[in-house]
Amino acid sequence: MSSVRVLVGTRKGGFVLTSDGKRERWNVSGPHFGGWEIYHMKGSPADPNRIYASQSSGWFGQVIQRSSDGGATWQPVGNQFTYDGVPGTHQWYDGTPHPWEFKRVWHLEPSLTEPDVVYAGVEDAALFRSADGGQSWQEMPGLRGHGTGSKWSPGAGGLCLHTILLDPTNAQRMFIAISAAGAFRTDDGGQSWTPINKGLHSQYIPDPNAEVGHCVHRIGMHRSRPNVLFMQKHWDVLRSDNGGDLWTEVSGNLPTDFGFVLDVHAHEPETIYVIPIKSDSEHYPPEGKLRVYRSRTGGNEWEPLGTGLPQENCYVNILRDAMSVDALDPCGVYFGTTGGQVYGSANAGDSWNAIVRDLPPVLSVEVQTLP
Amino acid sequence: MIRVALPQHLQTLARVGAEVEVDVAGAVTQRAVLDALESRYPVLRGTIRDQATFKRRAFVRFYACEEDLSHDPPDTPLPEAVVHGSEPFLIIGALAGG
Repeated sequence: MSSVRVLVGTRKGGFVLTSDGKRERWNVSGPHFGGWEIYHMKGSPADPNRIYASQSSGWFGQVIQRSSDGGATWQPVGNQFTYDGVPGTHQWYDGTPHPWEFKRVWHLEPSLTEPDVVYAGVEDAALFRSADGGQSWQEMPGLRGHGTGSKWSPGAGGLCLHTILLDPTNAQRMFIAISAAGAFRTDDGGQSWTPINKGLHSQYIPDPNAEVGHCVHRIGMHRSRPNVLFMQKHWDVLRSDNGGDLWTEVSGNLPTDFGFVLDVHAHEPETIYVIPIKSDSEHYPPEGKLRVYRSRTGGNEWEPLGTGLPQENCYVNILRDAMSVDALDPCGVYFGTTGGQVYGSANAGDSWNAIVRDLPPVLSVEVQTLP
Repeated sequence: MIRVALPQHLQTLARVGAEVEVDVAGAVTQRAVLDALESRYPVLRGTIRDQATFKRRAFVRFYACEEDLSHDPPDTPLPEAVVHGSEPFLIIGALAGG
């Protein structure tokens, strides 16, 4: 029988949640790396027992951990992230030039085919690649160097490269997203990059339709249709049917189009999930009711999913890397909150249960579906 | 042998106890002790000082013999008691937040 492994990164350590295919009873392992911020953990699609973890601390900096046994044991690997050449400057919060400074790894994206190849999205925003299982890291300088880097500026959470999508049909193509710069695409394996932000409209920047400067919170795709992208922006949910060349708003009847997470059903490419969050600055669910919204039409028409979720006095947030889906049938959907709950649905969102409560604030959730 | 006391999180990372010993050839300075420490425990590279600039991380402090040596130039000789091993060189995670 298939099983599921949920990798949870929190402010104070990592946790590994496991269940069989029924997804009713869960084993909780952790905290791993207790006391450290685990921004992200993700397993290799090519070798599910190979897992990478980003471990960081305001005191002791960045560490990358690697597991070869599904998270039972870990080995620290390379943690030197050096920008290529003279790093230059990006814009600071006040609009002045500010030197690029490495702070932490937000997101680790293992190759779809090679367990030793892994990409790292970092703050200040840049993309790094390792081809030796995380022992050494090289910046892919074409991204910062393509021409708009000096105009990027940090969002409230920092200038972070937080999303990396690999095209399963084209090894040369990948998409990344940066707060607050926007989304970018490469079609030549990372040598050159193009901003893909046409159609985005952001009132909070001087030119609402600028080429860069948009605070993209998350992008997602279904692996069967990598030319179709979905986006949760600071405000607005959008889709693109041409690999990001043009975006169209699909916020539709959402109670608020602000939010952080977004994911796509494992088997239904037009079924997408978001969690609307009240903003500006409140950053908790509207009306104190925690509800996932699902669209079965690729956007515009949304239904609230709250069965099993708190429907009063709930004021948590769900951060941008804290939702994931499994590949079982029915599709499982998972998300973690800043209140330390990890909720799961074994029926594509129709109903929910708390897999675990009272963890430290959850930063990321990734799911592995195991044979 | 130079005795080096490590904070808990670095003990865990390096899989060692509260204190380790390192051998330093030549003048015993902050830089020489940290070089020897990182050479013996490569996993500590980048956790105490920047790997490129060798600048001390902001929330790490160096103490010895009840003195704060954090702001001393890295090539300043360490106290004789550290050199002779009667006192440890203390690497401390600064009190800063929760």
